Amino acid sequence: MKPPRFQYHAARTIEEAIELLARYAGEARILAGGQSLVPMLNFRLLEPRALIDIGRIPGLDAITGGPLVTLGAMTRQRSAEESPIVQTALPLLREALRWVGHLPTRSRGTIGGSIAHADPSAEIPLVLLASDGSVTVQGPQGTRDIAAVDLFESLFTTSLVPGELLTRVHMPAMPAGTRIGFDEFARRHGDFAIVTVAVALTPSEDGSTARANPESGPRYAQVRLAASGVGSVPLRLTAAEAHLLQHGTEPASLAAAAELAAAAADPVGDANGSADYRRHLLKVLLERTLESTVRPTAKRLAS
Amino acid sequence: MSDSTHQVSADQLDIPDVDVALTVNGKAVRGRCEPRKLLVDFLREDLGLTGTHAGCEHGICGACTVLIDGRASRTCTTLAVQAAGTQIVTIEGLARDGVMHPMQQAFHEHHALQCGFCTPGMLITAIDFLNSHRNPDETEVREAMSAVICRCTGYQGIVNAVLAVSRQPPTALPE
Repeated sequence: MKPPRFQYHAARTIEEAIELLARYAGEARILAGGQSLVPMLNFRLLEPRALIDIGRIPGLDAITGGPLVTLGAMTRQRSAEESPIVQTALPLLREALRWVGHLPTRSRGTIGGSIAHADPSAEIPLVLLASDGSVTVQGPQGTRDIAAVDLFESLFTTSLVPGELLTRVHMPAMPAGTRIGFDEFARRHGDFAIVTVAVALTPSEDGSTARANPESGPRYAQVRLAASGVGSVPLRLTAAEAHLLQHGTEPASLAAAAELAAAAADPVGDANGSADYRRHLLKVLLERTLESTVRPTAKRLAS
Repeated sequence: MSDSTHQVSADQLDIPDVDVALTVNGKAVRGRCEPRKLLVDFLREDLGLTGTHAGCEHGICGACTVLIDGRASRTCTTLAVQAAGTQIVTIEGLARDGVMHPMQQAFHEHHALQCGFCTPGMLITAIDFLNSHRNPDETEVREAMSAVICRCTGYQGIVNAVLAVSRQPPTALPE
């Protein structure tokens, strides 16, 4: 249970890290917080020729506010969780971070590392997708932005090409009044989740939630729903979103949206749950989370 | 791990050791080790601080937790070289002048340890948790302490101890 031998480089700049990536031609791994990479090394699941540590690159852990919030790739999950910018502008990320591993793993684990790792059960990639976020990557050819919807290709696989480094993560600030919900089902808190759902409901610009008739429940101008654990990548639940936009949020509408979400999902069963079980979990979790988001009653777990 | 087909490339046979200079329990220390050396092994083998325990060695059990720059962190999923330049507090750094840290005292009073293997990680995690969360309720304490696994399953005493300290006036973290 010790890592294999590897060359170690502490990059001082992004450019140096990219140059090192090129030098090792796909045989080096980027070390950010190490909370996924080091266990994989301990298990000898990976035997890279070199690790390129980006933890000492100045400024790569900065969080900047504005209409588009930017988090440097090396932002520790714990720092994001405690950031006033995140607390105000990215409530969905703030809530989701509470579910990422445990406090001691969040002290070291990073926002960019989790996204680049693209674990299909991870919370941060799910939030990136649900938030219409994007990432900036830099490589020998320069920099480019990749929208979340184009980023996650398969299990542990992103659309970064070899030699590219994820440097920044962007999420649009959620409009004031946005209601968020986040829930996951895992065998124990902090374990890899079996199914996770993320909900963000934004009222129209004047802050109102129109009611077509008294029975239809509040109607939102923007509905964003996503789930993980029901496919090899996080999934945007577009049919359910369209349903809620059109039919409002009374209980029968939420149930119908959850049915639509489950029907659209194509999970793969594994030791943690069959495909049918995951589809069922998605339906139950989504309906429950929508209900508590639209009509909060129970005392929420304080953070 | 033997693998007769595994090819070791030339540059892997010649891997320079790295310098690791850091502050542990208020004292400046330095060492030299392979880049692959885990922080838990560096603390135990190079610095002789065997109070930090290596349990699962993949970030699950929490026995190896120390404070890195004031934050509870797993040392089995952190390389020693990553900790260069940081300030670390281990279990050995909690007592002051022979007086136990209030969390240690509470563990003593509430019978919060049996075999003691998880105790260093429990104490460090509890201290960081209470420093970053004021007046937690029992559910929050249980959720936070689920970061560390006690195989004696003596959780009730641990939860009682953490709750007892949470009701005391805030105490300063050891530097």
